Amino acid sequence: MVKELRPALTLLVLLTLIAGLAYPFAVTGLAGIAFPWQANGSLIEKDGHVIGSALIGQTFTGRGYFWGRPSATAVAPYDAANSGGSNLAPSAKALAEAVAERDAALRAAHPEESGPVPADLLTTSASGLDPHITPAAAMWQIKRVAMARHIPMDQVRTLVMDHVEGRELGVLGEPRVNVLRLNLVLDERWPMR
Amino acid sequence: MDAYGILQILIFAAAVLALTPVLGGFMARVYDGRARLFAPIERVLYRLCGIDPAREQNWVGYALSLLVLHLLAVLTLYGLQRLQGFLPLNPAGQGGVPPDLAFNTAISFSTNTNWQNYGGESTMSTLVQMAGLAVHNFLSAAAGISVAVALIRGFARRSARTIGNFYVDLTRTTLYLLLPICVVGALVLVWQGVPQNLNAHAEAATLEGSRQVIAQGPVASQMMIKHLGTNGGGFFNANAAHPYENPNGLVNLIHLVAIVAIGAGLTNTFGRMVGDTRQGWAILTAMGLLFLVGVLAAYGAEARGNPALGGMVNLEGKEVRFGIAASTLFAVVTTATSCGAVNAMHDSLLPLAGLVPMVNMLLGEVVVGGVGSGLYGILVFVLIAVFIAGLMVGRTPEYLGKKIEAREVKLAMLAILATPLGVLGLGGLAMITPAGLAGIAAAGPHGLSEVLYAFASAANNNGSAFGGLSGNSVFYNTALAVAMVIGRFGIIIPVLAIAGSMAAKKTVPSSAGTFPTHGGLFVALLVGVILVVGGLTYFPLLALGPVVEHLALAAGTLF
Amino acid sequence: MTIHRPAALSLFDGAVLAQAGKDSMIKLDPRQLVRNPVMFTTALVAVLATVLTLRDVTSGGAQSGVMVQISAWLWFTVIFANFAEAIAEGRGKAQAASLRRTKSEAVAKRVSAVGSTRHEVVAAADLRSGDLVVCEAGDSIPGDGDVVTGIATVDESAITGESAPVIRESGGDRSAVTGGTRVVSDRIVIRITANPGEAFLDRMIALVEGARRQKTPNEIALTILLVGMTLIFLIVVATLPAWASWSGTAIPVVFLAALFITLIPTTIGGLLSAIGIAGMDRLVKFNVIAKSGRAVEAAGDIDVLLLDKTGTITLGARQASEFLALADVNEHDLAEAAFLSSLADETPEGKSIVALARIRFQLKEPERADMIFIPFTAQTRMSGVDLSHAQIRKGASDSIIAHVAERSGTTPGRGIKDLVQLVERVAKSGGTPLVVARDGRPLGVIHLKDIVKPGIRERFATLRAMGIRTVMVTGDNPLTAAAIAAEAGVDDYLAEATPEKKLELIREHQQGGQLVAMCGDGSNDAPALAQADVGVAMNTGTQAAREAGNMVDLESDPTKLIEIVMIGKQLLMSRGALTTFSIANDVAKYFAIIPALFLASYPQLGALNVMGLASPQSAILAAIIFNAVIIVALIPLALKGVGYRPAAAEVLLKRNLVIYGLGGLIVPFIGIKLIDMMIAALGLA
Repeated sequence: MVKELRPALTLLVLLTLIAGLAYPFAVTGLAGIAFPWQANGSLIEKDGHVIGSALIGQTFTGRGYFWGRPSATAVAPYDAANSGGSNLAPSAKALAEAVAERDAALRAAHPEESGPVPADLLTTSASGLDPHITPAAAMWQIKRVAMARHIPMDQVRTLVMDHVEGRELGVLGEPRVNVLRLNLVLDERWPMR
Repeated sequence: MDAYGILQILIFAAAVLALTPVLGGFMARVYDGRARLFAPIERVLYRLCGIDPAREQNWVGYALSLLVLHLLAVLTLYGLQRLQGFLPLNPAGQGGVPPDLAFNTAISFSTNTNWQNYGGESTMSTLVQMAGLAVHNFLSAAAGISVAVALIRGFARRSARTIGNFYVDLTRTTLYLLLPICVVGALVLVWQGVPQNLNAHAEAATLEGSRQVIAQGPVASQMMIKHLGTNGGGFFNANAAHPYENPNGLVNLIHLVAIVAIGAGLTNTFGRMVGDTRQGWAILTAMGLLFLVGVLAAYGAEARGNPALGGMVNLEGKEVRFGIAASTLFAVVTTATSCGAVNAMHDSLLPLAGLVPMVNMLLGEVVVGGVGSGLYGILVFVLIAVFIAGLMVGRTPEYLGKKIEAREVKLAMLAILATPLGVLGLGGLAMITPAGLAGIAAAGPHGLSEVLYAFASAANNNGSAFGGLSGNSVFYNTALAVAMVIGRFGIIIPVLAIAGSMAAKKTVPSSAGTFPTHGGLFVALLVGVILVVGGLTYFPLLALGPVVEHLALAAGTLF
Repeated sequence: MTIHRPAALSLFDGAVLAQAGKDSMIKLDPRQLVRNPVMFTTALVAVLATVLTLRDVTSGGAQSGVMVQISAWLWFTVIFANFAEAIAEGRGKAQAASLRRTKSEAVAKRVSAVGSTRHEVVAAADLRSGDLVVCEAGDSIPGDGDVVTGIATVDESAITGESAPVIRESGGDRSAVTGGTRVVSDRIVIRITANPGEAFLDRMIALVEGARRQKTPNEIALTILLVGMTLIFLIVVATLPAWASWSGTAIPVVFLAALFITLIPTTIGGLLSAIGIAGMDRLVKFNVIAKSGRAVEAAGDIDVLLLDKTGTITLGARQASEFLALADVNEHDLAEAAFLSSLADETPEGKSIVALARIRFQLKEPERADMIFIPFTAQTRMSGVDLSHAQIRKGASDSIIAHVAERSGTTPGRGIKDLVQLVERVAKSGGTPLVVARDGRPLGVIHLKDIVKPGIRERFATLRAMGIRTVMVTGDNPLTAAAIAAEAGVDDYLAEATPEKKLELIREHQQGGQLVAMCGDGSNDAPALAQADVGVAMNTGTQAAREAGNMVDLESDPTKLIEIVMIGKQLLMSRGALTTFSIANDVAKYFAIIPALFLASYPQLGALNVMGLASPQSAILAAIIFNAVIIVALIPLALKGVGYRPAAAEVLLKRNLVIYGLGGLIVPFIGIKLIDMMIAALGLA
């Protein structure tokens, strides 16, 4: 047993050095040189301040913004230090109630829309940090955003169309709209007064 | 189900099939010692450790080395977590991890389970993430692969006493296989947006003016080994659903392929090392069939929408960039293997779509399975299948020219018994103890599903969860850890014993009287045995969990 | 030749059934049950269910009617399994009795020394190994032994069915005698080699009766598998109440017991030993005695079959193919002499000589009045005819040469040298030379040629399809051997075989991991018989050979190895098929019982009641009744063995998987539904 301890312990230490320290440090170094922006979290700066990450969703409630999905992160919505989903079962009463509640609220906020509310706006995401909504969900909000910013609906629609990200390689994933990027461009082109 | 969904499944399958012979051939070179690129580094390592790489071990020696290393690794990881507050590389200033949680996490990572009762970004320091958890991602994966290779040697050798040297197998797996793929893969991930830094948190002032703290860290390096080694322990609590871990469809595909690549490749390595690649392809075909049935069932069920919500697309617990297809595909892949990473919350899957991951795990994770553990797991089933089939053709059963006798049947049955004991026994305990019941979130049959899923996941070293269950309690931390140990070593030790007894056997040349184990009939038989053994063991609980929930949901009943 | 076989029993002989009924109750003895783990478990569960039922009945529980029935059927499950074993044993006993009849009840004449003229009369049963007994014409041989002195003709029809007496003499390869046979002529002294109860007949009797049956290696492995399955289902059923408590379901323990017993592999568990005993039984019907079950099982695994050429591959009797006259002899004269000397020879060789002479020279049969035929005897090893004008003899070359020398009173001359050359020529071509002499003067040689048995080629093709290689073993030179091997279609041959070479060949194959079967009779075959994985000794052979082999063929028919292999395979197949059937049955049982147990808590689970069973109680009852009755229903299959036609492994597997796998899935759905309808009609639940 003692004879077994030496190789086991030494190997554990050596592999820790190799796999636990050398490996991540090497990758960090290489990544920092090759892809510094991505390596540091794809952070978006505006006027010298970090306003968020291109990959992380944030809360939007203003009528002039496109709204993201409901978030179920622990303390507050879109808590990027505590990711997580609702973990509600499809058969849970709580889920049906939450969906009904959101449905009512969204309909109230969008009296002009008669079609069904897109499902992604009624349900929480897995991470609670989903930066995207479906193109349908973005389209569904166009009228409200255009009215709030006093601009023609067509221009907003064109903007949304321009911001639809396609599937990777044409097949992987789903088409989507990054809410933060879309809202950033909105603010740039038609600042809220 | 749409064309894009089917196409994504096909692209994934094609990528895996294309990689299988490449990786398989490479691993065969690594384990028969032909690959010598890192020989100088190896020499230094062996000298420092006092290992004679030329000295092979018999199965007892191999098992003993494995156990000693794991014991030390568990103790180290436990210590690191408890003491992280006093250790460097703790930018977020995390305090020590409570004892039961540290115990659970140490067992979880060293058994390749990577069940997480903690939120990564909110509990662990960067040092623990890198030097503790990430190391175990390598170690536990390499250990699983080593055991599989030892078993392959058992089948390949004749009248031999030894099955390899555990330390050498472990070292070579890490140096030749895991590290090179991880370095290249991690850089690709960073290019696609996965962060890799040593920062604590980034603070942002959002467009609407509130403050958002965004957790950061060396994510890419951990992503690669977490998937390649079928570990599954996320850097973040939301795991691969987190946009940092899995920012787009391409990264999602890389993750999926990484999860399956080594497991699928090992079937080819197996074929090469026993001198008949058809044997490997037959096993991969059986795995592929089970996978296909699973993914179509899950995707089909999920695509129908939630009947209680008027058939609305079930995006609860899913990310928009993945939608239904890529989410269910990931759910099936991650549970068919022992990965356990998730890109959608399994708790919120529709009952029948949630049943598939459960079944995948309960069948023993042999659909490609964990790295190494998938191969040795399915080979245990192969022995049982061959035993029954062998009797039916009127000969003492044999596989690859090795007679399957009482000793091997006994060991195979021991290995098969381990998981039901962990799942049904410990899970049953949770259902009748107040501490166990306290952790259940859902009412109705879904509550049972949560516990069944948890113990299926732990005892099969998967690590994914129906996240509603509050697992971070003394009861669950302990019970799940015990299930993980049973599910890992309760199989590894009989498997190594089988390797030893197989290696010692003579090899009988095959004839028309031996039943060929590379054809369609064998594949069908193997699939049948896996389904029957797993199905019969868990039929009652699957009926009481997801099946009842499905029937109730279809009738509009909520809980 | 008439083959004597023990009278075939009908599958369910009345007497056997009655005895089996009694025995199945006796077998409830826990000490006997514990040998069969699955059935022992069933019995334990039955005890538990009975106790709980009694408690429920006395307290007037609502379910007690169903509980009584379930408990009863649990007991029936055990009893039916015992019954299956008892029937197999009963049939074995009947076979054993038929074997026993051949054992001598007579007395023995024991002598103190070989030359002793005085003997004492003792009971045959009192003879010990090493005793010497004397047997004269008309005496029964009192036990297995070796002839020490003398030569005699022995009637062995009692055990072999061969009506023609055989020669037994000391010293050679025909020295072994079997107890129960009868001396027809002459006097021999026998050294008894077996103690009472240890003769191979006794061992076989014990085997077919099941009394001393040890589990074979595959049976042990299968038992472990069944125990493993039982443990898995024990975990499943024992933890079910805990999981069920989540939905507030309380499952009566008796219902759990029913679920448990229907899930564990009681079908194969109950029939396992019956299959094994029946396999031995089938062997006895072929007049083959196996010394252990292990040997029978090994027969199914055989990779290589060593077969002696003569009598196995070729007809033991050879056919005359030509007359080879000496230089100064007319071929017609030789043929005529051969013809005349063979007229009374009823052996196939003799007949073939007559036929050949007729065809070659259109010879007519003369008046037999003045012909005195001299039959073949063990001492002279010649036969012939005495005519008024001539004396003709034919026989093996050495005995004819000796005869010639004796008649002429001279040492062999030039003619003899030519004769020897002819003899050698014939021998070299693979034939047997038979020398003919008239009035003490050799005429020439009859060439007797090997004739490959009709149909043997097809048998070898069958064996090849089964994955068994055949190797012909012959003393012939390689050229002859190759010719015959090619004609017979064997895969390989061993020419100029010596016992040492044979042993070496067996070892070589075994080194490569192959299992080898062979048959033999001579003392010098004993090492090879012992080395071979399956060694079948001919009953006509020496006692040494019979001891060395692990089977004895009473009919001394070497081709029977093929049947033995098939019986071995059938034994394993029956076990495999019934295991598959047993496990496949569980699916239907789940669909019957699970909805029944949880219908109260989850009415939705009624959707799983695909059989549309009447009520939860009737569903459980139907499943447990089916589980018990199927054992009885499958007894004939267990006794007869599953159908077997030689074919490649893949074909066999496909066939058995369809019949027993798919059949095992479907049959219980139908069976349980029918039983449920009966229960409902009778109002039992």
